[in-house]
Amino acid sequence: MREPQWFVWSRRIGLTLLCAFALLPVWVMVTTSLKPLGDVQGEFRWFPSTVTLDAFVEMWRTIPLGRYFVNSLVVSVTAAVASVALALLAAYAVSRYRFTGRQLFSVTVLSTQMFPGILFLLPLFVIFVNLGRTLGIDLYGSRPGLIITYLTFTLPFAVWMLVGYLDSVPRELDEAAAVDGNGPMGAFFRVVVPAAMPGIIAVLIYAFMTAWGEVLFASVLTDESTRTLAVGLQGYATQNNVYWNQIMAASLTVSVPVVVGFLLLQRYLVAGLTAGSVK
Amino acid sequence: MITVDPAPEAGTEARTGSTPVRAPRKRKRQWLPYLLLLPVVVAELLIHIIPMVIGVGMSFLELTQFYVRNWTAAPAAGVGNYRFVLQFDEASGKALLHSFWTTVQFTVIVLALSWALAMAAAIWTQHAFRGRGLVRTIFLVPYALPVFASVITWSFMLQRDNGMVNHVLVDQLHLTDERPFWLIGDNSFWALIVVEVWRLWPFAFLALTAGMSSIPAEQYEAAAIDGAGVLRSVRWVTLPNLRSVNQVLLLVLFLWTFNEFTVPYTFFGKSAPEQADLISMHIYQNSFVTWNFGTGSAMSVLLLLFLLAVTAVYLLLTRKKDVDA
Repeated sequence: MREPQWFVWSRRIGLTLLCAFALLPVWVMVTTSLKPLGDVQGEFRWFPSTVTLDAFVEMWRTIPLGRYFVNSLVVSVTAAVASVALALLAAYAVSRYRFTGRQLFSVTVLSTQMFPGILFLLPLFVIFVNLGRTLGIDLYGSRPGLIITYLTFTLPFAVWMLVGYLDSVPRELDEAAAVDGNGPMGAFFRVVVPAAMPGIIAVLIYAFMTAWGEVLFASVLTDESTRTLAVGLQGYATQNNVYWNQIMAASLTVSVPVVVGFLLLQRYLVAGLTAGSVK
Repeated sequence: MITVDPAPEAGTEARTGSTPVRAPRKRKRQWLPYLLLLPVVVAELLIHIIPMVIGVGMSFLELTQFYVRNWTAAPAAGVGNYRFVLQFDEASGKALLHSFWTTVQFTVIVLALSWALAMAAAIWTQHAFRGRGLVRTIFLVPYALPVFASVITWSFMLQRDNGMVNHVLVDQLHLTDERPFWLIGDNSFWALIVVEVWRLWPFAFLALTAGMSSIPAEQYEAAAIDGAGVLRSVRWVTLPNLRSVNQVLLLVLFLWTFNEFTVPYTFFGKSAPEQADLISMHIYQNSFVTWNFGTGSAMSVLLLLFLLAVTAVYLLLTRKKDVDA
């Protein structure tokens, strides 16, 4: 179709503005992280007066950023791997079998994904505290406790996205594996899982990302030793001074791995994220 | 490892006549799907179903700070918690009602803006041009950044004295003499909207782009032959084809925005200004500042009932239209 001139121009202007809107915080984050402290205390500057990496060195000392980093990493990786492992089996059942209760299962999983987190936070908090008091199981303030609560949101969407990916693996592959003498689980592990591997990795990354950015549960269920980055970064602002250059350096540092992972897997993630709404 | 020899195909066909070959084989092993589901079902019970049931139970208890650590000793409150939070002529009820309306307004505005931006961007990037891939990648950046990192950046940009926004508005453009506050007062509502839209519209863009990519090119060609310009082909080809995408997308965006917690919590810290007191933050503060989990649970249950009602009505209405069409 021939595009009229006004459309081409509106596109140039519109997309430029939208790109600027999208990237504005990134610009502020990157330039501020390279500024000396003096630059962020007075009037805002678009560029650093002198470029320095001091903020990237000092940010580890102002708050225990390294500990928060390890906590976030352990909790997010475990939650992502556990939810994908559990969800993969369930997704295979939903994708390949027609059984009584299939609809009920899918609807339950989909709807719990949409429930407000606060609905689960209050009872989980009370359960954790009381389990600790009566049975001596200390889930409150512990990493395993946080991982369990993270499954409340990583598990439903892992099931949902994986069903979509497994549906896209042709049934003929299962049948070919069966002809080769594999049972259904043999076909699953030898043929279906390898064929769906890009999708499985995409779900892993996405689950990791949501856990990495989670604030609601972490703000209540962690203590100083188990605090994650999402909550810990607020620590720079409670000191006598607000170290904006260090906050931005830390924000940039914790963002880079996630953004790079997301953009590398863009193609697979987009397919899985939008599967629900396109179907 | 569970391995069962697949039934010989010829035999299966002989037994079941015209039924497809695969169906009886699967029916023979009907325990397998349940076995596969078992781990997730157990997990769902432990992390969703049981906590929800307990949460509903908590809403009927006087679960104050004295009893949080020993809930079995908490006295029953009957519907007292519900009556308390719904007393709209008292301070607490007024605050809840105010928070609810704030959230409704916030959600409607955020949805409208995010959808409009996403729709425009999706139409602009529907047909290939030089640089399209780059533009699409840039649009994904707000969605890929961890919320807490990007929202902290926004709160720096919106600082009164050393922030970027006031620097542009006051020092560079001289629009006002007075440096406005963005994180407290009336402005905080709009500041929160900008941040939420910034964060949310890329997802709508993804969904709409995916929906548009499956519209057959012939439909646009036919519209062009009929003399339709850009706007008319959007009206008569793009929008009708996106009906089912929009139906799901708007519901998902609604639920996300209405339940939003991470953005206001990171943006304002532990206490949000009254003008931007979203419902999730309100319940959170009520529960963990006053340590009254009974009323907090009652509010959560009411929130859930409201969301379920809206979702049910929405699905009913949109399905009806499908039948009419």
